[in-house]
Amino acid sequence: MRTCLIVDDSRVIRKVARRILEDLGFDVAEAADGAEALSWCRSTMPDVVLLDWNMPVMNGLEFLRGLRMEPGGKGPKVLFCTVENEVSAIREALESGADEYIMKPFDSEIVAAKFALAGLT
Amino acid sequence: MKPDDRDLVAQLCASRSGQKIDPAKDYLLETRLGPVARREGFESIADLMTGLRTSREERLIWAIVEAMAAGDTSFFRDRAAFEHFRLVLAPELAQGRPDQPIRIWSAACATGQEIHSLAMLVDDMAGQWPEVRFELYGSDLSERALEKAQSGLYTQFEVQRGLPIRSLIRHFEKVDDMWVISPQLRQTIRWRRLNLIGDMSRVRGFDLIFCRNVISGMIEPARQRVIENLTASLNPGGKVLFGADEDVVTPGEGLRPVDGALGLFALPSADRAAA
Repeated sequence: MRTCLIVDDSRVIRKVARRILEDLGFDVAEAADGAEALSWCRSTMPDVVLLDWNMPVMNGLEFLRGLRMEPGGKGPKVLFCTVENEVSAIREALESGADEYIMKPFDSEIVAAKFALAGLT
Repeated sequence: MKPDDRDLVAQLCASRSGQKIDPAKDYLLETRLGPVARREGFESIADLMTGLRTSREERLIWAIVEAMAAGDTSFFRDRAAFEHFRLVLAPELAQGRPDQPIRIWSAACATGQEIHSLAMLVDDMAGQWPEVRFELYGSDLSERALEKAQSGLYTQFEVQRGLPIRSLIRHFEKVDDMWVISPQLRQTIRWRRLNLIGDMSRVRGFDLIFCRNVISGMIEPARQRVIENLTASLNPGGKVLFGADEDVVTPGEGLRPVDGALGLFALPSADRAAA
């Protein structure tokens, strides 16, 4: 089973996303900020990361840039999932190595559609 | 909804647009007709139906028929069809007739996502065949759906159903909380209100028609009428794409299934037809 790491400082968002991703057939892990997520990836590289942008300690963009420099860090697909919905932010995320981008609020249909676009379902 | 009201709606939909109304889907009638009732100044759907029986006003009849015809759609719906267009159909068309415009029609375009998806693909491929001109057309029975399609304005929810993020930022601009397709792309599409079971004798000269998930929601004589109308609208060698799961038992005269492409049918080319 493929693993998806949900990185979001909101426990509620993680819970909602977990249900959707488990329904899509993923084994789900959680991290509350970018630094925790990076530690997780250094021990167990996930297949995909669902990534919030604004988080304490280390934000999503910093995490993504760090991840892509790790050994094996180019492997996971990264889908941002954030309230940041300006074109400039989306462009910055893609240039930093994101594969797809979900603008909050989201629902199961949007997540499924975006995971399909990223070639994950 | 009262059975006789439901029967009246079903009868109007069948006669005006060929739509089949599923009696088991009462909720659909409530969802679709509630807004019509409000818009037309009635307190309830029951009042709307009483008003309809009293006046038989054409405008009211069409408001109901159009509301019931509204289809669910999304960008790049059934992705395989668009991949087939990008990899096979568009190159075939571009190489086959470089001297004349290639005319593509989304025959029940609803709120425009299908024809806008095609416009994006055509724009992305434009560099491959700079001399080829694509003409894109969108038609629908519903005036309201067409208005939205023409506006090119979509909610954040709508642009996240099927549209890759790179296509979004390449072809759309953000306006407050909405996304609008670029004026350049919008200008490439021509729009028209059209009833596919009506008189289409002046609708001619298309090379490719998308008519997906339309005939499966129609009563039998109307299905055949649509297939005949679409067939007559094609150029020799033209193709029509129905939904991959749709049952096209009796294609129009000369229309034959294309091997390896679900739902795709083609007329013989001019050379073959003459032979």
